[in-house]
Amino acid sequence: MNNILVFPMVLPIIAGVILLFFRSKPAIQRWGSILTMIAVFAISLWILFQVMDQTILRLNFGEWAPPFGITFVADAFAMLLVTSSSLVSILCLLYAAFAKDEKREKFFLYPFLLLLVAGVNGSFLTGDLFNLFVCFEVMLLASYVLMTLGGEKRQLTEGIKYILINILSSWFFLLGIAYLYGSLGTLNMAHLSQRIAEAGQPPLLTTISILFLVVFSLKAGLVLYFWLPGSYSALPTAVSALFAALLTKVGVYALFRVFTLLFYHEPSITHTIIGLMAIITMAGGSIGAIAYTDLRKIAAYNVIIAIGFILVGLAANNEAAIQGSIYYLMHDILVKGLLFLIIGTVIYVTGKTKLDQASGLITSYPLLGWLFLITTLSLGGIPPFSGFAGKLLIGQGALEAGEYVIVAAAFLSSLFVLYSLLRIFLNMFWGETSISQKNRVILPKGMIAPCLILALLTVGLGLGMGVVSPFVAEAAHVLMNPEIYIEGALKDE
Amino acid sequence: METMIILLAGVLVSVATYLLLSKNMIRVVLGTAILSHAVHLLLMTMGGLKIGSVPILGDTVETYTDALPQALILTAIVISFAVTAFFLVLVYRTYQTTGTDNLLEMKGTEEDE
Amino acid sequence: MRENDVILQTVSKVAVFIILTFGVYLFLAGHHNPGGGFIGGLTLSSAFVLLYLAFDVETVNAGIPLDYKMVAATGVLIAIFTGMGALLFDSAFLSQTFAYFDLPIFGKTELATVVLFESGIALGVVGVVVTIIISISEDV
Repeated sequence: MNNILVFPMVLPIIAGVILLFFRSKPAIQRWGSILTMIAVFAISLWILFQVMDQTILRLNFGEWAPPFGITFVADAFAMLLVTSSSLVSILCLLYAAFAKDEKREKFFLYPFLLLLVAGVNGSFLTGDLFNLFVCFEVMLLASYVLMTLGGEKRQLTEGIKYILINILSSWFFLLGIAYLYGSLGTLNMAHLSQRIAEAGQPPLLTTISILFLVVFSLKAGLVLYFWLPGSYSALPTAVSALFAALLTKVGVYALFRVFTLLFYHEPSITHTIIGLMAIITMAGGSIGAIAYTDLRKIAAYNVIIAIGFILVGLAANNEAAIQGSIYYLMHDILVKGLLFLIIGTVIYVTGKTKLDQASGLITSYPLLGWLFLITTLSLGGIPPFSGFAGKLLIGQGALEAGEYVIVAAAFLSSLFVLYSLLRIFLNMFWGETSISQKNRVILPKGMIAPCLILALLTVGLGLGMGVVSPFVAEAAHVLMNPEIYIEGALKDE
Repeated sequence: METMIILLAGVLVSVATYLLLSKNMIRVVLGTAILSHAVHLLLMTMGGLKIGSVPILGDTVETYTDALPQALILTAIVISFAVTAFFLVLVYRTYQTTGTDNLLEMKGTEEDE
Repeated sequence: MRENDVILQTVSKVAVFIILTFGVYLFLAGHHNPGGGFIGGLTLSSAFVLLYLAFDVETVNAGIPLDYKMVAATGVLIAIFTGMGALLFDSAFLSQTFAYFDLPIFGKTELATVVLFESGIALGVVGVVVTIIISISEDV
């Protein structure tokens, strides 16, 4: 029994609900939520080290033994993601605290941000398919509110589309759960994995797996990303950074969990389709990233390219590639947060959203400019930064699996990432300065601090590969050997 | 019995699809509500119907009703209730702000034009 | 436009108490029979909604000065803390227990900790439903 497992989900909920009572005191809201997330980060780091000792930790809710009750199961993969998402939420909250958007703060910005984090952490930790649905819904409900908070016209119209798409994908999720329960009679993921292995994954189950592929692709933005650029660019900076860092990653996590733990018997069908979808995603994302001049759209299409890239690892389906994907997933959670924060800051200081509307920012804001360059290089996968290790391992693994076309597409997409962001850098930061000294907006130190910390983290993650690699190796090992997870999730205590 | 309910779920899905594809926002909200009811019915049917006993398993009991689908549906109903309520409020606010309930008039944004 | 709603108001005055009683009954019956926190909470909130329909928002708010958002928040807190309460007794999150007590009037009675959890759910449901109804109706 490890009650500690429930804290990454319950602590943000409790804090969020308590903060509801402090509506008129923004200072308590800001610092209360940041302190909560620091506590969650510390706890998840502690659990991560426990997991390295004991492989799998499990908590049976209400002492109902699995497979009958709901369980929380923590393995290294889940905990790495919980830890990095808690870290990035601390920094996004810090940014929000200094951005001081009082209109939204009054309407419970922080409680809903905390609720969103609770849903995300719950999705990573749960060991039950239906509970995954519930955690998804907690996360989505919070995201619906955050999406429309503030009530600007653009937010409302984009919000309606976003909610409609997500209701539909939740519907498919329930449909998949119903079919799976009807055919296998259980919803505990470890138990499902056992039963699917016993049945040898007949065509019926493969069909159901495609249903789950559609659901999670919609959430992750894999091929079905049409909803993403519009809705992400309607959001305030801190919220959009948190969305970009976390929401799609939960879909990616679910894809990895489902296709390494449950439906891994027919890789020639499912994993080939995933590979194909990854290529289409990267191609579509690349086209979008270079076609638009709106900064937020370019950033949103970069999210999509990254999703495609991470799933190349799942398509290759060997240990090196999965390691690369996990590495890249952590990198992407941090750097996408950073990218959206910087883009938001640029829009804040210039008041312009298109890249040809301002230039020469680097003379006025040198730190911001160099941070943007670091982000660009990190996303492009240039060696000292964190993107490199992931790209290298994914490429290596995919080559081992003989997926030459996918590797080519993946590295071509990296060039597009680099080009699309360098275009912003050259247009906006280089050249004649367009801001006269007296019109200069003063950039609060508190807004640049989270960006600086995230940039240091991406450098740190790149240079400190040796520190992180045992965790990543362990995570990939458990993912590639489902029997370890099943043993940990079902054994009697 | 199961066949009947499955057919009913199918009818509900087709009704919901028709409503979802309409231009009027309120119809779309109703469509999502009906859609979720259809899948709740399906979920219940997947657990088996009309076994005619209580969901308590003991040593002497020969048949028992599977209690899990009912628990799942209750949770799903609560969630769809919350989502539908929020969606309804949002649609109303959007109608107030934009002055239209026609989805076709909400395409894109001002900047794209 | 003000309609003549004498009938609605007169009936509501009686019906609200019947609905509230039925809501409490459903809430308590939930342990062994159909009912429970969610259903009970919905019934209770329908009584409040009926009040808002029959009388206007200002009158009801003067009579029942509750911020329903806070009611919902209190409910959620109660529900979570009863779940966390199990941690104090060194059992898993959300564990429940029950015992039989000899109470003066009721005789041998079963008391279960799950009722505390359910009361949180009921408050949460009442708070959320009434908040939604008020926020839709307030500017019509």
